[in-house]
Amino acid sequence: METLAELEPGKSPDVPQVLPPEPVVEIKASRTWLALNLKEIWAYRELLYFLTWRDVKVRYKQTLLGVVWVVLQPLMTMVITTIFFGKIVRVPSDNLPYALFVFAGLLPWMFFSKAITQSGSSLVGSANLITKVYFPRLIIPSATVLSGLVDYAVSVVVLIGLMIYYGVGASVHLLMFPVLIVLMTILALGVGMWLSALNVKYRDVAAMIPFLVQVGMFATPVYYPSSLIPEKWQWLMKLNPLTGIVENSRAALFNRPFDWLSFNISVGIAVLLLVSSAYVFRRMEKSFADFV
Amino acid sequence: MQSIITVENVSKQYRLGTRDASYGTLRDSIVRSIRAPFSKSQSKKGNGVETIWALKDVGFEVKPGEVVGIIGRNGAGKSTLLKILARIVEPTTGNIKLYGRVGSLLEVGTGFHPELSGRENIYLNGAILGMKRAEIERKFDEIVAFAEIEKFIDTPVKHYSSGMYMRLAFAVAAHLEPEILIVDEVLAVGDAGFQKKCLEKMRDVGEHGRTVLFVSHNMSAITRLCKRAILLGDGQVLADGTAHKVASSYLNSGLGTTAVREWQDLEKAPGNDIVRLYAIRVVDEDGQLTDVVDIRKPIGLEMEYAVLNPYHILVPNYHFYTEEGVCAFVAQELDEHWRTTPRPLGRYKSTVWVPGNFLSEGTMIVGAAISTMDPVTIHFHEQDAVAFQVVDSLDGNSSRGDYAGHMPGVVRPMLQWHTEYHVKEN
Repeated sequence: METLAELEPGKSPDVPQVLPPEPVVEIKASRTWLALNLKEIWAYRELLYFLTWRDVKVRYKQTLLGVVWVVLQPLMTMVITTIFFGKIVRVPSDNLPYALFVFAGLLPWMFFSKAITQSGSSLVGSANLITKVYFPRLIIPSATVLSGLVDYAVSVVVLIGLMIYYGVGASVHLLMFPVLIVLMTILALGVGMWLSALNVKYRDVAAMIPFLVQVGMFATPVYYPSSLIPEKWQWLMKLNPLTGIVENSRAALFNRPFDWLSFNISVGIAVLLLVSSAYVFRRMEKSFADFV
Repeated sequence: MQSIITVENVSKQYRLGTRDASYGTLRDSIVRSIRAPFSKSQSKKGNGVETIWALKDVGFEVKPGEVVGIIGRNGAGKSTLLKILARIVEPTTGNIKLYGRVGSLLEVGTGFHPELSGRENIYLNGAILGMKRAEIERKFDEIVAFAEIEKFIDTPVKHYSSGMYMRLAFAVAAHLEPEILIVDEVLAVGDAGFQKKCLEKMRDVGEHGRTVLFVSHNMSAITRLCKRAILLGDGQVLADGTAHKVASSYLNSGLGTTAVREWQDLEKAPGNDIVRLYAIRVVDEDGQLTDVVDIRKPIGLEMEYAVLNPYHILVPNYHFYTEEGVCAFVAQELDEHWRTTPRPLGRYKSTVWVPGNFLSEGTMIVGAAISTMDPVTIHFHEQDAVAFQVVDSLDGNSSRGDYAGHMPGVVRPMLQWHTEYHVKEN
């Protein structure tokens, strides 16, 4: 019986006779602070794509209505809030039909709240991957956020339908809408990475997230316009990075003036969160497999 | 020749206390950081956490095309080394240089999602293992054919039998083509036929010049696949040499398998309200526990059990399996008295003796059961209860004779030979 043991190493013609002069991979205890390895993340872009695709696919695979849920969730919320806040409580809506007003605000809010809830627990939920295979861990919360973006895109189609129904015309302001989507994604990534990394070590975070989401819902002008807040508290409102996104989304969609102050605050906070989370993530990443 | 893998002074430390409470709470950290500035003694105490070195100063080199087995008992540091090589955990000190693309297989089917179809899982799993999309597409048909699941490729894998699931999972993994492949004991799964196929595929991998690090308890797989083996113990390299030599020194050191299983809590022990199992032990001629047996010596298997209901005829029996999952034989008690008489209440110990020069070398995994024959009732069947290693000597007085190579077969009896000789008369 021929055994492998009888084969001399290097005998086969397929053996690469010349090894690269530099190691392809070098493994050692890393320094404390590392910059993001963007090159590596780029190398793993297909995995990001597949994990995003998996999240989307799995979410609707066993549901009867499938993708309809993506549309139904904000629509139902819109109907309920239109009845309660629009008709009964009569919350002002900046002279827009309340349904349209609330739907435009709901989309970024729902994207954001889902993104942080799901990405917050994403690393712990992917323990089986983290303890078995190497890849930049950043991909896990990122894929969760990106899969939320797919849902968001579907809802935007409904929003366009609503705009046509209410006869709200497009304007040059719409050009800002994609910018706001990018901003919203960056913000969700930043928060998601922070929370997911912390949650690996401190499971308190998972318990904290629903509370955060609830506070955020009230602190963000989703169901009411920020103009409802008294002048002297406006600054506080604008410190919430979501205010700049939600209010300016409406401005972009419905041809209203932009609030550049809140927009700039959002950009500042989003970038700050993304950069800081990237560093924190890299720092904590190496111990994920030990804790998860 | 230049080495493709260089491991230098690699150590890995784990903190014992914190491993236990595997994650902290935010409150603990906050409390600690508030306390720290005020009480130095407190923080010093904190630093004195008990630590263990899972690996200590491990170093070795691997040449391109080598297939190296890594062996050692549980806790020897095999998995830690593997995880460091696979970049899942970082070493505490030391460094490793890898001169090639690395693929690691610490588990098959990593990231498989039960809701997704076989087709979808091939793409997903391939991507997780580091294959490019184009590469997966190119090998897709081959993977499906290897897994033998053509008909079910679009069925969600949750409807697969466990065998199909494992076949698909391994098929994807087997088509990974990195220059360095790191494999954990993924072969310990699947049916015998498929295992053989996997071993062959792995041999192919080696023959195509890839460098393979292969961690396993399966000594016959190690000696068959690898030219060289490294024995780890207590986080250190104990031996590094030809696979046969290292494997036999490992087996002789008695570091291998489980020779005893005992159940302290009778409630949780295998059995029912008629009979309950206390313990299963592998013993040598002198009645001493052992998990390594010389091929020439008899092996005793003790079964201790309690009879809780005195109206049943009970037949203890054992099922002997090889590591490849082949059932070597079944043995049941044939005592004339107990074959016809219900066993009164009490505690029993039944022992069967497997003669020397009967089993083949390698691992034997033994399942234990007690049954009643009429009507056929299985009171318990504890699969994989104990295991032991049979080692063959090279002294020349076993059935191996003077042959030192691989001898196939489930049994290796010493048989009588008779040769007649007639002088040729012209």
